[in-house]
Amino acid sequence: MNIAVLSGKGGTGKTLVSVNLAAAAGKSTYIDCDVEEPNGHLFFKPEQIESEKISVKIPLIDDALCNGCRKCVDFCKFNALAYVGSKVLLFDVMCHSCGGCSLLCPQKAISEIDKNVGEIQKGVSEDVTVVTGIMNTGEASGVPIIKNLLEYIPSSNESVFIDCPPGSACIVMESIKDADYCVLVAEPTLFGVHNLNMVYNLVKLFGKPHGVVLNKCLEGDNPSEKFCIENRIKILGRIPFDNELGTLNSNALIVARESDKYRAIFTSLLETVTKEVQHETAVNS
Amino acid sequence: MKIAVPADEKSLDLGVCPSFGRAPYFLIYDTETNESKFIDNSAAASQGGAGVKAAQTIIDSKADALLTPRCGENAAVAIKAANIKIYKTIDGSIMDNINALVEGKLSELVDIHPGFHGHQGGK
Repeated sequence: MNIAVLSGKGGTGKTLVSVNLAAAAGKSTYIDCDVEEPNGHLFFKPEQIESEKISVKIPLIDDALCNGCRKCVDFCKFNALAYVGSKVLLFDVMCHSCGGCSLLCPQKAISEIDKNVGEIQKGVSEDVTVVTGIMNTGEASGVPIIKNLLEYIPSSNESVFIDCPPGSACIVMESIKDADYCVLVAEPTLFGVHNLNMVYNLVKLFGKPHGVVLNKCLEGDNPSEKFCIENRIKILGRIPFDNELGTLNSNALIVARESDKYRAIFTSLLETVTKEVQHETAVNS
Repeated sequence: MKIAVPADEKSLDLGVCPSFGRAPYFLIYDTETNESKFIDNSAAASQGGAGVKAAQTIIDSKADALLTPRCGENAAVAIKAANIKIYKTIDGSIMDNINALVEGKLSELVDIHPGFHGHQGGK
């Protein structure tokens, strides 16, 4: 089963939830799709690291062959090309590697070359296989790295936890594509409800079974809980707002590996999620 | 000399549009003939790369100078490659800015920003 963990903004607790679910699951795979700032590995401290460079295709323009017809410039939807002073200028950060310009060029002046955009690191931490996507600083899109990351989903039926980027943009859509179930993490504030609503709309749009983990729970009103009840969204579990958990987590320790109390919280959350996934599979089969 | 200026509306008496890439129009003003022409900025509605596309429009208009309050990195690269000078606008109308340029009172735009590239809403 592939579980994606999402939230509308950073700092809500995606990494806390996905790292600890993976730790509680024992033999499992944790995939960090937050390629702009992957931090799951800071908790797992994986060993036996193997890395793979990720590159995309970008056009290479041969000025000697170009006759300035501008078909490539007019075609490029992403405005990655401009025609300046009888030369085609490439803005490679804007390029989405569609390859259209090289196919289209009547002069065959455009070929494709590789451009490195980041890397994937794979290692192990106890029973957990830790796969991390790292995007080079300055790149515009993490999608090519996430596409490659998802190929690390094992074909066995062990549990996979996908730590998604924050928000609901295209990189998040890419990250949840192969997920069987989405866990939405929410903070107990009005702003938290706004962020929850964003990812809730996304998973509904994608038709993904989902449930919510209420993080940083305090005594008193919880607007996110109210939102779940009103919208009949399954509440999978509650993580308390507590000093000890915060301290362990900020020291980059995996709380489920450090204390029985937290291990119990995440084991029980994992059981709930597993049951939900099985239920969804039964309903949809 | 031909001067390009981003404009919110087709009027020389209004201020300069604060955005370059997403400006609805560009004024192309010829200082020799005092002729002014407003052209549509086809980049205004593009999802990404508006700066580059808008720069292409300016380049194709054969302008010699661009007056704008700000300009993104990619647009600046394209415009500079075409040997078009970028000047920073001052308060006042578009016409005030054209006069200021003619009188040599505008300085070149140096603070080129890294661009607001869609996905993450700029940073």
